[in-house]
Amino acid sequence: MPEIRYSKDHEYIRVESGEGVVGISNYAQQQLGDVVFAETPPIGKAVKKGDPAAVVESVKAASDVFTPASGEVIAVNSEVEATPGLINEDALGRGWLFRIRLANASELSALMDEAAYADFLKTLA
Amino acid sequence: MTEATSLKTPLHALHVELGARMSPFAGYDMPIQYPAGVLAEHLHTRRAAGLFDVSHMGQALIEGGDHAAVAAFLETLCPADLLNLAPGRQRYTQLLNETGGIVDDLMVTRPPGAEGALRLVVNAARKEVDFALIRQRLPSGIRLTPLPNAALIALQGPLATPTLASLAPGEAVETMAFMSARPARIAGFETFVSRSGYTGEDGYEISIASAQAEDFARLLLSQPNVAPIGLGARDSLRLEAGLCLYGHELDETIDPIEAALSWSIQKRRRVEGGFPGAKRIQDALANGPNRQRVGLRPDGRAPAREGVEIVSADGLPIGVVTSGGFGPSVNGPIAMGHIARAHAAVGTPVSLVVRGKPLSARVVALPFHPHAYYRG
Repeated sequence: MPEIRYSKDHEYIRVESGEGVVGISNYAQQQLGDVVFAETPPIGKAVKKGDPAAVVESVKAASDVFTPASGEVIAVNSEVEATPGLINEDALGRGWLFRIRLANASELSALMDEAAYADFLKTLA
Repeated sequence: MTEATSLKTPLHALHVELGARMSPFAGYDMPIQYPAGVLAEHLHTRRAAGLFDVSHMGQALIEGGDHAAVAAFLETLCPADLLNLAPGRQRYTQLLNETGGIVDDLMVTRPPGAEGALRLVVNAARKEVDFALIRQRLPSGIRLTPLPNAALIALQGPLATPTLASLAPGEAVETMAFMSARPARIAGFETFVSRSGYTGEDGYEISIASAQAEDFARLLLSQPNVAPIGLGARDSLRLEAGLCLYGHELDETIDPIEAALSWSIQKRRRVEGGFPGAKRIQDALANGPNRQRVGLRPDGRAPAREGVEIVSADGLPIGVVTSGGFGPSVNGPIAMGHIARAHAAVGTPVSLVVRGKPLSARVVALPFHPHAYYRG
């Protein structure tokens, strides 16, 4: 079963067999509004937890997407670069940004699970 | 980030009721977007009619004596020809500092049937600065009267005219020329209407007593094709229309010629001068400014935001982006910036340094989206 974890910066990582798919949370896409541009990292790039690894932009503003875990980028979502609105329509599904091979699975324990993230969002209102 | 002392416009409760995302802007708690979102609001304005609350802007009257006296006074601060402003007409101009830098940009209207009065609409964030500057210079017999109890509502888009005309039969708002203004009774409300705006579309800006503003706005919003539009889409609309935003394209270091606003300085003033910084401005008119506001079109999809450096084909810094983002009607990234004159010609290839990477772009003509003003 894939498990999903969230960062305090509202990225998610869905983890399955040593790999993680990274995107922005549903809350993040709502806050951003209409996403009009997305930029993914180059395949093969080594990213360290907390690095700005992708960019999403709304009409008004650009936001860095910080990778919630370290690893090597092994795939990117070219569909979302062509159709950035997928991030608004389906942030956790077709709106994913990049996939990494995890360098250190123990980093995940510092992230929030679904329930903890839901509690975290309640503190932001 | 919230400002404890945020002011509210007379439509504040209505914005909240409509589900707006509110945010501090120029000291006011303003609607950035409604549930439809910036893209939908922008496109709605381009194809139907958008209602904007611009009550945060500063409205004022300068009065006293006859038109010649009031106009002559304001001409000591602004480079537009105001003496020859006909009754019922308005002009876009700038308040200038002693070096010709822009203190603010504003609309000046000569109301018909009110001899010796000019109406001003200035930027929200600058109104205290503007009013202080004007008061400092007031000659005896002329006074400045801010209108804090007047709201300002813009109705913009191709269906603004049929909408307003249907509510005001007999007022002939549909035949008002672009940049004209006069009192009008709309569905029983006493208003002062100008055919102008900040979107590049046909439309109106309607001044109305604050106490009646909410009822009036509700009436407009109840009309078919009218939707509320937030400041987010207001910004993308004005950027596509190539219009300046104070604090971005304009500030106290930029003169009107650098800002590509020479069209707003009529011939008599160019010749006679008599406004602050006239020497610098006349020199720039004669010899060209050292830098100039231009339109920029990135070749790719990445927007270049305010503050992005503009570099030449050989990598030299030649300017800076003053406003940039995504143009929903253009369906791509657009920007304006200040650029060295040698690189300001339309078609010049440049690079915009976005997140450390030079992205290719071109200098383009403004506006990005054609204006649709009513010229009669």
